[in-house]
Amino acid sequence: MPWKAVAAFTAAVALCSSCGNSPPSASSSSAASGTITVFEASSLTAAYTAIGNDFQKNHAGTMVKLIPGGSSTLVAQIQQGAIGDVFASADQPNMQKLVDAGLVAGSPSIFAHNRLEIVVGAGNPKHITGLSDLARSGLVVVLCAPAVPCGRYATQALQKAGVSVKPASQETDVKAVVSKVALGEADAGIVYVTDIKAAGATVEGVEIPMGANVVADYPVAVLKDSQNAPLAKAFVSYLLGAGQSTLARYGFTGP
Amino acid sequence: MALPVRKATRARPAAPVALLVLAAVGAAFFVIPLIGLVLRTPWAATWDQLKSPEVLTALRLSLLSSVSATAIALVFGVPLAWTFARLTFPGRAVLRAVTVLPMVLPPVVGGVALLLAFGRRGLLGSWLATTFGIHLPFTTAGAIIAETFVAMPFLVITVEAGLRSMDTRFEDAARTLGASRWTVLWRVTLPLIRPSLVAGAVLCWARALGEFGATITFAGNFPGRTQTMPLAVYLALETNPDAAIVLSLVLLAVSLAVLIGLRDRWLGAS
Repeated sequence: MPWKAVAAFTAAVALCSSCGNSPPSASSSSAASGTITVFEASSLTAAYTAIGNDFQKNHAGTMVKLIPGGSSTLVAQIQQGAIGDVFASADQPNMQKLVDAGLVAGSPSIFAHNRLEIVVGAGNPKHITGLSDLARSGLVVVLCAPAVPCGRYATQALQKAGVSVKPASQETDVKAVVSKVALGEADAGIVYVTDIKAAGATVEGVEIPMGANVVADYPVAVLKDSQNAPLAKAFVSYLLGAGQSTLARYGFTGP
Repeated sequence: MALPVRKATRARPAAPVALLVLAAVGAAFFVIPLIGLVLRTPWAATWDQLKSPEVLTALRLSLLSSVSATAIALVFGVPLAWTFARLTFPGRAVLRAVTVLPMVLPPVVGGVALLLAFGRRGLLGSWLATTFGIHLPFTTAGAIIAETFVAMPFLVITVEAGLRSMDTRFEDAARTLGASRWTVLWRVTLPLIRPSLVAGAVLCWARALGEFGATITFAGNFPGRTQTMPLAVYLALETNPDAAIVLSLVLLAVSLAVLIGLRDRWLGAS
């Protein structure tokens, strides 16, 4: 495919700048040391860090290395031969790309769902109560760009609610929307529930009723080239079992 | 014994082989990624991509904002460079370091700093908003400011180097002949450092053209308003990687044309 070179480069940059771990090729997931490398969508990082720590406690002598990144970036990276054991995506289409490429062992399982919420500044200074308020004139609304999943979902939610919004900006990722609201530059945005939980006290969330909401599915799978498949499978089972309470604490809902 | 003057050697110095090998590796480092990009370009679809309104909008905005940023950098950067090169005052070293800091500062951090200064609740921004009703984030003016912030240091250090290396006796001579300070600046100093001025402006423009991090952070991303070419490329990578490559090539072609053209025309390079 003609774009792999560019995608791989982007992936490499994202990898080095966001995680600070050694690159996956150097991680050598040998069974003896009991190490697995988990590629995980950025929105999962906080929850996965906690789950990884719990898993290590419950499985003595193991180590879980997290590689966070945008789902599409991680897919490009894995397609370019990055070595790892587990991939957790923030959406189905990106997981499907790896399934189609024959890079997944078995079939992916949905381990969590995420919902959308309206993010507003602490104390909700503009008194926003629902999606229809976002059409108010004079309100600075930022959304994700339609090209990224959170933008696609936000567009769907607004369509369901029959609301037309003129965003001031179409941000390249969901964290940028949260930070624009947290800094007070924007009055409101549409993001995942989990991002609002992670942002702390600077922002708060306004619920979107289920009728207008969009549910994002998070699939996880063991990679075909895993060098420690038993431990990778154990991690996925843990995620689907004992890890669910941790995911719930970070705002995800169960499968 | 006097050494013979060897003009031929001066024109074409004998190069140590090791040096040439290292230089070749250095050049390959830049050439190979470019070749990779060109080889993977979907040429058949290129024309359709190029004439799409999204690409033209982003390209127009990129040219407008990078040229504006360069103009602003010239207006404020040349006096700044002159101040650093010619005046001594307490704190000069620190001030100079602060003004070139954006060259090493991660642009995203620069964008946040700009928000804290010119944002709706920023130090100056809140005053601008309440007094004049001026809002910079999410506007084309904001994109220009972000580009200026990141690119102007390149102009400042280049012009400052030019000022430091020029022969100030020409200025002294003009002064003794009765020229005013302004006349000396306009008629002697600036013409003498023209290569540095042009080089600085070109570097500044090229950096502004490729600016991504500060722009996305401070000005956001909206087609026709703040979505410059680099932002369009980044988003296209998510959905339409072929379009991203074509967009990148357009950006590369424009920059290469300008850099090569200006180099031959102005910088006296052979």
